[in-house]
Amino acid sequence: MNAVVKQVASEGTAIRPFVVSIPDEDLTDLRRRIVAARLPENEAVPGLSRGLRLATIQKLARYWATDYDWRRVEAKLNSYPQFITAIDGLDIHFIHARSRHETALPLIVTHGWPGSIIEQLKIIEPLIDPTAHGGSAADAFHVVIPSRPGNGFSGNPMTPGWDCTRIARAWDLLMNRLGYMRYVAQGGDWGALISEQMGALAPRGLLGIHTNLPSAVPAEVLAALASHIPPPGLDAEERRAFEKLDSFFSQGLSYAYQMAGHTHALYGIADSPIGLATWLLDNELWSQQLIARAVDDQPESLTRDDLLDNITLYWLTDTAISAAGLYRENKLPFFAPMGVTTPVAVSVFADETYQLPRSWAERAYPGLIHYNKVEKGGHFAAWEQPKLFTEELRAGFNSLRG
Amino acid sequence: MSAVAQSMNSDLGAIRPFQVNFPEAKLADLRKRVNATVWPDKETVSDESEGIQLAVIQKLARYWSTEYDWRRCEAAINAVPNFITEIDGLDIHFIHVRSKHENALPIVITHGWPGSIVEQMKLIEPLTNPTAHGGTAADAFHVVIPSMAGYGFSGKPTAPGWDTARMARAWTVLMKRLGYSKFVAQGGDWGSLVSEQMALQAPPELLGIHINLPFAVPPAILQALPSHKAPPGLDADEKYAFERIDFFLVNGLTYALQMANHPQTLYGIADSPIGLAAWFLEHDLLSYQLIARSFDGVPEGLTRDDILDNITLTWLTNTAISGARLYRENKLPFFVPLGVKIPVAVSAFPDELYAVPKNWAEQAYPGLIHYNKVEKGGHFAAWEQPKLFTEELRAGFRTLRV
Repeated sequence: MNAVVKQVASEGTAIRPFVVSIPDEDLTDLRRRIVAARLPENEAVPGLSRGLRLATIQKLARYWATDYDWRRVEAKLNSYPQFITAIDGLDIHFIHARSRHETALPLIVTHGWPGSIIEQLKIIEPLIDPTAHGGSAADAFHVVIPSRPGNGFSGNPMTPGWDCTRIARAWDLLMNRLGYMRYVAQGGDWGALISEQMGALAPRGLLGIHTNLPSAVPAEVLAALASHIPPPGLDAEERRAFEKLDSFFSQGLSYAYQMAGHTHALYGIADSPIGLATWLLDNELWSQQLIARAVDDQPESLTRDDLLDNITLYWLTDTAISAAGLYRENKLPFFAPMGVTTPVAVSVFADETYQLPRSWAERAYPGLIHYNKVEKGGHFAAWEQPKLFTEELRAGFNSLRG
Repeated sequence: MSAVAQSMNSDLGAIRPFQVNFPEAKLADLRKRVNATVWPDKETVSDESEGIQLAVIQKLARYWSTEYDWRRCEAAINAVPNFITEIDGLDIHFIHVRSKHENALPIVITHGWPGSIVEQMKLIEPLTNPTAHGGTAADAFHVVIPSMAGYGFSGKPTAPGWDTARMARAWTVLMKRLGYSKFVAQGGDWGSLVSEQMALQAPPELLGIHINLPFAVPPAILQALPSHKAPPGLDADEKYAFERIDFFLVNGLTYALQMANHPQTLYGIADSPIGLAAWFLEHDLLSYQLIARSFDGVPEGLTRDDILDNITLTWLTNTAISGARLYRENKLPFFVPLGVKIPVAVSAFPDELYAVPKNWAEQAYPGLIHYNKVEKGGHFAAWEQPKLFTEELRAGFRTLRV
């Protein structure tokens, strides 16, 4: 796939405009491969216990090869100003959407795995143009949405070392390079870790962070997870959080272990669109019902197009393996507090991996400025519930605006 | 796969002759797919710590799509008698080669993962015709080599339950159906577990088993493994075995976890020949290094053709996923003694996942009749070192012949 020329990082601090333009032949090749996909026979059990069901994948494949239109999302991406700039030796791609309100608060939003900048497209308009979306001019943000190293249109690291801390440093450089000397950061999934690393590094320009997957589980709770027995003294809410974490760790992180162990055993997700789609869709972060409903064209939040926009972006940029590299680079334990001292806003979505109790948030974040339980939304909250998510960012950062 | 009539059950007990003959179109399609492979970027390190190195798999791809000749392998399989018979509701394929020496010892040999009957082909001649291969008539075996359920030309289970115990029962039915009232069993990898399960079931016809991946790690060692610290008082052999098991459990198990968790998610290995090849090369580090050397023109036990015969057979039969399901079926922890009481012969190959020390074998097998440390050979011992392996089977079973 050479549609996206992943160049050796350019010299200096130039910020080059970028437009997505995938050649027709790449789209034809993708459709051809989907149609020619060789599938295994049906799983030997009913239900979801062995992975994504064949019937769901067949439906997804049929839609992908026929009605799905990449040009629609390409046009959407190109409706926002995009740029590439070299930071720390690597080309970093980002969307940069400025609000017309000059006093808007600069915000850098980081996606996770198995996501991309596609996850954040729905929040751009409400954040930059609040008066058209239920807010006031005082709610405005200037929005920066980078592609992680190895993901989408950013460069692929050719040597080890691009972990969350290095990405956090790069994001601070990026915001400064854009002229933002005071800004905030937001993220879920890996984006949460990266934002919390920014909070731990506490560069001068960073006013605070918002996270929707907090690393805020007390040490004694994390230690108790190995035994599956909650430590004594938890209240009902903490107990529920413990149970959710326990089920997260028990129900199969095999995809994460595989990527943390050997990314380069997964050549099949680079060479097979269906192999890629199933790998990205089959992990415990997704609600399988959400996927099945989307594929059946009865979406509740995410649509078939949402799912395929993200998968197709991975395919066209050939980044399935390079994006997986962060699992190997990461040495930080999941959910363990990192010592963030900056102001922190937390939104707890109802279907996220676990629902952080306020008591744990207060312990993990001495600078807690916002805590709210949101009634709807899961692991991909910005993508699933952009309206609620936008309201959270407005409320969460309200006290940091000067 | 119309070439292979899988799961077409005939009259119970009937034994139908079987020949392999894949249409040319399947072979052309395979070559076309290999040539059209979409590659990820090279790994970011200069060793094998991220998995299968791009240079190695690209050498494999080049050879596979140009010089490799499946018809040679097909002819070798068809040169020995192949059959299919239904057992316990599933079609079981097997090779059955009788020795000209009528009092030969009947043996059923079971392959493992990522293997197939291809692993055992080199043993057939020396075992059935010992006088032409450095042995005497008293060393002769009648050889039965089945394809495990879900593998190669055997049927694919359409319901859960085909674990190693069920296969063990099926193998006893098979041997009796072939008219053998006294026989022995042999295996490595999953074949070890199938053979040990047979020994545990101890049908009166089973004289004993030979194992080259023994489930014979003492409880004190198993308990110490989570801490990665060898218990005190181990001798040099035991200490080395501890380190090898620890290394495997820490570094080498992610593929097994993925297949045990969600085998059906690996659509990429069903749809991409290179995805399949890389997944198969991933088994263990020493085997991978041996295979990598063979593609560098330095074969030591396995040739490029050996490797590709096995991968191509799995590709052509579309059994990557059905074979992977055995990991999910299995509920037995690796290497934990099962409590086998009947006679057991053990060969400890130096590059196996671990070389079992003699005292561990004595503890695990009260009926230990043979223990030998072999000078050369690894996880695929029968395939890598057929001469040494044959000598082990002759010596190992000698005392069981009447």
